[in-house]
Amino acid sequence: MRPTTTKDRVFWVAGAAIVIVYALVPVAWIISLSLKPPDKLTDGKFFPRNPTFDNYTKIFDDPQFPAALRNSIGIALIATLLAVTLAMFAAYAIVRLDFPGKKIVLTGALAIAMFPPVSIIGPLFNMWRSLHLFDTWFGLIIPYMTFTLPLAIWTLSAFFREIPWDLDKAARVDGATPFQAFRRIIAPLAAPGVFTSAILVFIFAWNDFLFATALTSTNRARTVPASIAFFTGSSQFDFPAGSIAAASVVVTIPIIIMVLIFQRRIVAGLTSGAVKG
Amino acid sequence: MTTTVPPQATSDLSEDVAPSKGRRARKAPASGRARAERKLGWMLCAPAVIVMLVVTAYPILYAFWLSLQRYDLRRPDDRAFVGFDNYGSVLSNSLFWQDLSNTLIITVISVLIELTLGFGLAFVMHRAIFGRGLIRSSSLVPYGIITVVAAFAWRFAFDPTTGFVNGLLGTEQSWFTEQWSAYLVIILTEVWKTTPFMALLLLAGFTLVPDDLVKAAKVDGATTLQRLTKIIIPLMKPAIMVALLFRTLDAFRIFDSVFVMTRGAQNTETLSILGYNTLITRLNMGLGSAVSILIFLLVILIAALFVKGFGTNLAQQRGEAP
Repeated sequence: MRPTTTKDRVFWVAGAAIVIVYALVPVAWIISLSLKPPDKLTDGKFFPRNPTFDNYTKIFDDPQFPAALRNSIGIALIATLLAVTLAMFAAYAIVRLDFPGKKIVLTGALAIAMFPPVSIIGPLFNMWRSLHLFDTWFGLIIPYMTFTLPLAIWTLSAFFREIPWDLDKAARVDGATPFQAFRRIIAPLAAPGVFTSAILVFIFAWNDFLFATALTSTNRARTVPASIAFFTGSSQFDFPAGSIAAASVVVTIPIIIMVLIFQRRIVAGLTSGAVKG
Repeated sequence: MTTTVPPQATSDLSEDVAPSKGRRARKAPASGRARAERKLGWMLCAPAVIVMLVVTAYPILYAFWLSLQRYDLRRPDDRAFVGFDNYGSVLSNSLFWQDLSNTLIITVISVLIELTLGFGLAFVMHRAIFGRGLIRSSSLVPYGIITVVAAFAWRFAFDPTTGFVNGLLGTEQSWFTEQWSAYLVIILTEVWKTTPFMALLLLAGFTLVPDDLVKAAKVDGATTLQRLTKIIIPLMKPAIMVALLFRTLDAFRIFDSVFVMTRGAQNTETLSILGYNTLITRLNMGLGSAVSILIFLLVILIAALFVKGFGTNLAQQRGEAP
């Protein structure tokens, strides 16, 4: 590397500063808005003068938001579990076994990743009503699982390709049972990939708004994004900006913490396969 | 909705296809073992494949069937097969064309801005002398945020009553009452939320460019611009194309942020909002399904154009390679 000059230094510091400000200003803004007392919401200031947690106590006193939070967590976790399990089977077969049609599975998954979800909300809406899946957890889990399977299959295949599977044979030659070989050797090697795809799937399910608004109608299954969009104030003219901001912060902070803790994994997952060329 | 991008589809696919062909040829007289392996392979893939088919292929066929009928859920008795009449109604309605052009404008502008900013961000992440971790951490924040939340944050920021933007700019603009300014905020939100994703895909492309090659060109007297356009961008073309394809398709489906900001008012309605309103708000399954099928066909068209672009690009690259 060439020696860094002052000019370089200034350039990179400025670059880094721009990136950080760009990424964090909206987050800081929504946090500050959520801390403003109701009568100061329209003061047009970036920072709150007398921060209070009133907006937070308000959303947790109302049954709507806690229900949505429960729905979001439950639905996203179950969808993640199912999608990653099915994708694990498929990815293992694609990487380890020889069978005609594996190219079709991968190409088909790719096609589904491009599929516009809005094209099937009508049929799903109709089908779910006759199957009694409308406004239920499974009514959302099924589309989330489907639309995340491609991502999970591709990510897991990329990770599984890197695993030295022959270690498993070596362990068995050394006297390990098949189960021991799997638990001690293969499972620890596969875990990072599985975990990475689980994070990506969870973020997708947590973020979805289209299915959540189209396929739910009450607190029974409505998730946080849909719930926030339908928050209502005490009157038509009282737009509940404070409640929306507080609810936004509650669902954003855990994801940001997760993203920051597992950032290496997420970056590796989103770009896996590319690194080796 | 966040894009689900199978990471670097092209490189993996080509790598996977070649050896499997060879192996298949070798195993032409299928032994019992090979047959068992084949069966296990199919069994392991079956659950995922079945789920994907049942939840996408079947509904799209069902949507096509619905689109051929006069079918309004508020008048269930008045249901009849009408052939392609619904398509005629949709395609002869100026609203559809207006929404298509709105969608295309938002898609093209935001993807172009994202590509430029994403390239810059990827470059900063790739070459930063210090603070690389911090840059990466903060750029992942928009990726993790729910699109609806991001849309509300920007909406409140620009709203003349709650927002700080007017105070900051010294303007009295009411941003969501005019088309151009509503566009501006929608595109800004889209760009803010997805540029980091674009940057990560491009970052993967940067690692494909050998440092030595860039240095050699510099020694030979190539300017920064020449190094960028003659070496870095051509080598990154596959990564750029993948990133562009997925971001374009994702932007084309834009729904969440428009729904939160304007619900399509001030002539900012997009095709997804049109489909949603016809199906879920007005409960017109026939017309709505025709819109759905048209969106589906447009997505296929965009993907096909990109894949065709891909092919020529890859061929060109091979021709240029030493």
